[in-house]
Amino acid sequence: MISEMTADSIAKPEVQEHRAATIQPYLNPYLAGVGLGFVLLTAFVIMGRGLGASGAFTTVITWILSGIAPTHVAGNPYFKEYLGDGSSSILNSWLVWECIGVIAGGMISGVLAGRLKLDIDHGPRVTHRTRYSTAFLGAMLMGMGAKLALGCTSGQALTGGAVLGLGSWAFMFSVFGGGYAVAYFVRRLWI
Amino acid sequence: MIAPFFKYGLFGDMTGLVFAFIIGIGFGWFLERAGFGSAKKLTAQFYLYDMTVLKVMFTAIVTAMLGLGFLSMIGFLDLSRVYVTPTFLLPQIVGGLLLGIGFVIGGYCPGTSMVAASTGKKDGMVYLLGVAFGIFVYGEIYSSIESFATSTSMGTVIIPEYFGISYSLVMLAVVFMAIGMFLLAEWSEKKFARRRPE
Repeated sequence: MISEMTADSIAKPEVQEHRAATIQPYLNPYLAGVGLGFVLLTAFVIMGRGLGASGAFTTVITWILSGIAPTHVAGNPYFKEYLGDGSSSILNSWLVWECIGVIAGGMISGVLAGRLKLDIDHGPRVTHRTRYSTAFLGAMLMGMGAKLALGCTSGQALTGGAVLGLGSWAFMFSVFGGGYAVAYFVRRLWI
Repeated sequence: MIAPFFKYGLFGDMTGLVFAFIIGIGFGWFLERAGFGSAKKLTAQFYLYDMTVLKVMFTAIVTAMLGLGFLSMIGFLDLSRVYVTPTFLLPQIVGGLLLGIGFVIGGYCPGTSMVAASTGKKDGMVYLLGVAFGIFVYGEIYSSIESFATSTSMGTVIIPEYFGISYSLVMLAVVFMAIGMFLLAEWSEKKFARRRPE
């Protein structure tokens, strides 16, 4: 009798168990890959183009800059090309809408999996401050690299990989090469 | 052939934007489901104890590649109307290296940082700003690196064309390469399992 009651009360701390149960594990990587592959294939079939991310950043940056310093942007050969004749709104950009979708889709998935949480992600040996500065620094390199390569992991590696683009495959191996080459030196950040 | 639908004029630009949003939702959904909203999970790829990045990426590439091949074979889709980014070999190799270095230092790539930020990762939000700043700097220094950025231009060239191998044979080779890498990835995850922090 007593042992039954104890067992019962042990099984009761509902709040914590409930919370733990709502955070779902990640999807099997191969399944996630097939899902992602079908999204990419859908883009090819419907639009004749694949996925992207860094291009949308450039469109938004150009738009912001042209608001702050219109003459500077008009005189800059790189941004001028993104600006076009200036009549086109960023809301007419395919990649901008795709990225708004990415943000929405990521958030919906995160909410449903119980993973939406204000948080900061890094290895156990670094401070938040270090993480913020390295995130910014790494992102800067990423942004410049993506511009030089005409795309990032989405537009070049994933999309260009699937259509067997020569430069895209060269790019993809370089990404892994660059990452593995410096991983050892920055291991403190992550492990 | 009726696909790509947009290229065959089945709908206009505005409808295309609606599809962009829907396709983006699918993209963001699977990135988040795979765990790509977490920098630790993404960078684990470079410390070999969690090879999710490689597995997801190559499964996705193989899926879309075979799908394209099949739809083209049955005459549903015109492959020549699917956009292929032109090849600028050296800039793409150097850009790729920069990107890889930025990836392991910053923890995300542009797409995954959007998912990280939208699920509440503050480092993901900082990362978004960093990408934007990097692009701004690139635009500002562009005139001094333009000759390099536009060098080794080879036009729109795909692997089967360049090496003179049939499209299906290249697809087969990619499938075998992917399977080989998946086997290596599974082995690596077991071998380096104790590197996982915490």
